[in-house]
Amino acid sequence: MRPSSKAAALLAALVLVMAACGDDDTGGTTSTTGGLPTTTAVVTTTTQGAATVDCEVGQTDGNLNFYNWSEYIDPDLISAFETEYGVDVVESFYESNEAMLAQLQSGVAYDLVVPSDYMIKIMIDERLLYQLDKDALANYGNLSEEFRTQPYDPNGDFSVAYQYGTTGLGVNLEAVGDAFVESWALIFDPEITQNFAGGVSVLNDPRETMGAALEYLGYSLNDTNLDHLDEATQLIRDAKAYITTFDSDQYDENLVNGEVAVAHGYSGNMIVAIGEADDPDNFVYILPEEGATLWIDNMAIPTVSRAPCTAHAFIDFLLDAENGATLTNWNYYGSPNEAALPLIDEEVIDFYADTATANLEVIEDQGDYEINYTDKLAEAKS
Amino acid sequence: MNIAGVRPKSPTERLLAANAWVVYAFFYAPILVLIVFSFNANNNVGIWTEPSVRWYRDVLSNDAVLNAIKVSLIVAFVSTIVSTVLGTMAALSLERFRYRGQRAFDGLVYLPIIIPDVTMAVMLLLFFAQGFQWLDAAIGWRPSFGIGTISLSHIAFNISFVAVVVRARLGQMDPRLEEAAADLYATRWQAFRRVTLPLIAPGVAGGALLALTLSLDDVVITSFVAGPGTTTLPVYVFGLVRRGVTPLINAVSTLMLVASMLLVAISLGFQRSSRSRVTALGEEQA
Repeated sequence: MRPSSKAAALLAALVLVMAACGDDDTGGTTSTTGGLPTTTAVVTTTTQGAATVDCEVGQTDGNLNFYNWSEYIDPDLISAFETEYGVDVVESFYESNEAMLAQLQSGVAYDLVVPSDYMIKIMIDERLLYQLDKDALANYGNLSEEFRTQPYDPNGDFSVAYQYGTTGLGVNLEAVGDAFVESWALIFDPEITQNFAGGVSVLNDPRETMGAALEYLGYSLNDTNLDHLDEATQLIRDAKAYITTFDSDQYDENLVNGEVAVAHGYSGNMIVAIGEADDPDNFVYILPEEGATLWIDNMAIPTVSRAPCTAHAFIDFLLDAENGATLTNWNYYGSPNEAALPLIDEEVIDFYADTATANLEVIEDQGDYEINYTDKLAEAKS
Repeated sequence: MNIAGVRPKSPTERLLAANAWVVYAFFYAPILVLIVFSFNANNNVGIWTEPSVRWYRDVLSNDAVLNAIKVSLIVAFVSTIVSTVLGTMAALSLERFRYRGQRAFDGLVYLPIIIPDVTMAVMLLLFFAQGFQWLDAAIGWRPSFGIGTISLSHIAFNISFVAVVVRARLGQMDPRLEEAAADLYATRWQAFRRVTLPLIAPGVAGGALLALTLSLDDVVITSFVAGPGTTTLPVYVFGLVRRGVTPLINAVSTLMLVASMLLVAISLGFQRSSRSRVTALGEEQA
């Protein structure tokens, strides 16, 4: 979910330069594929340079090449769409935003992609995305207000939220006992952590971990002041006596196994682990009151798409209340589809109930400053 | 041959034997754990609840996984065969012949082994993107990314590995055997077919197995050069980790493991059937 390395970004930039050299893609004509009665999309370019497309509600203009993360959509939804619209959906999967970016930059024709928040900004800046035709999205009103605009896409012109998740704390209520507070103090304040029956697990992720410490100190997790970051480093060092492990892979199991009393981690993994635990009632997942991380994956249509209208139809299909609920009931992530909420399993709803009220922030790409988070986390751990 | 069992074992031999067991345990214990936990009913990899074949059912009813397995196998099959042939040829030319620029070739063969995966991935992606554009301009035909580009990329890095393995084997072989064959009026082809190839067969088989493994394993390069509908299994599995590791991955890995063990068994069988001839030849040489 996070930019894995500077190198990847550098390489992506290199690809872009090369791709731009021989760019003959007019972004204009859209060929019709398949023998279906389809119409050709009208594609234009606005004065700002963003490519736009004019589609009707439910219009299709060919089969859909859907490029998504693995195990992120219910296969039944795919077949339902195919039946309803009479087109084929060809699914492909990627394992990192960076690999997806590189593929699009070299012109591989995908029609719909699901990039994470920070990647949407990069793709908008590189003019790789169509400006969406909201008139073709009859169900756009179902999208919850708070997900329509985000810092990475200020007007919501290029992306529609797909699913979201948060980073917070999984708590073993019995082990924590009376020391329970809805705060990052559960991992950072030795006065509190010393009372637990067991240690705590903290993510081994520069942005998440330094971000949590910054939040606890009252700063934004996107803060780029080095003095603040030094304070955060000191905070983690002082808390280290009760931190059993810095870990991003096993924390959910360690929590439900009773090996740690509190675990810092991602909502998606926590919900599964707690749901499968022997005594689910003994565990809660909380978002600290100081603020926590929100990540959002989004649907977007690349300019290399040959079926931008089918892609619009698919986005609209998922924005439907029932389909949106099916999606979340299958993958257990938070749904940005407000109309779908009444149809979603209670278990998932409970889990994401405090998202609306919590003080959440999306991690923004800080460019050259990113390396400092990595360095300081290493320093804090040493 | 010294057979340790015939006489009392010295402490050194005992130590060596113990070491072998430790090494094997180190290799195979994780695999055993992986297999056992693939039959775990729980959603969490590390928490055993009860035995179940739930994850195998999931794998076999999951079209995306089945398609990924299919793509992986096609790519592995094609790239292994082509790179084994080309790699063996490269090894022969480097080891048996002298020509201008050979030293340069010699060094270049190792390059794909040394180059980091990401670099290779981006190079190949650019190569294909540019190449396809020129093809389009020249003859109006634009190939698309997919199984073809993945296979070509795998061939590109596998050739080096095969060449290196086969070359090591060729280096040990006495060139006089080929000369003797030539003295007995064997043509170049006959000498290769009847003398050289049987002697280097274990090297070729080793190279082919290595190529197969590397092809089935590759994530980075493949995820860059894939096209619509051609996600390979490792790329798919890697993407799964984002949701946390479930025993689905164990089940998939176990199936792959069984498949590759079958392949190894088949290739061992092949070697054994041709060994009688080969060892006879080899021992005469000694």
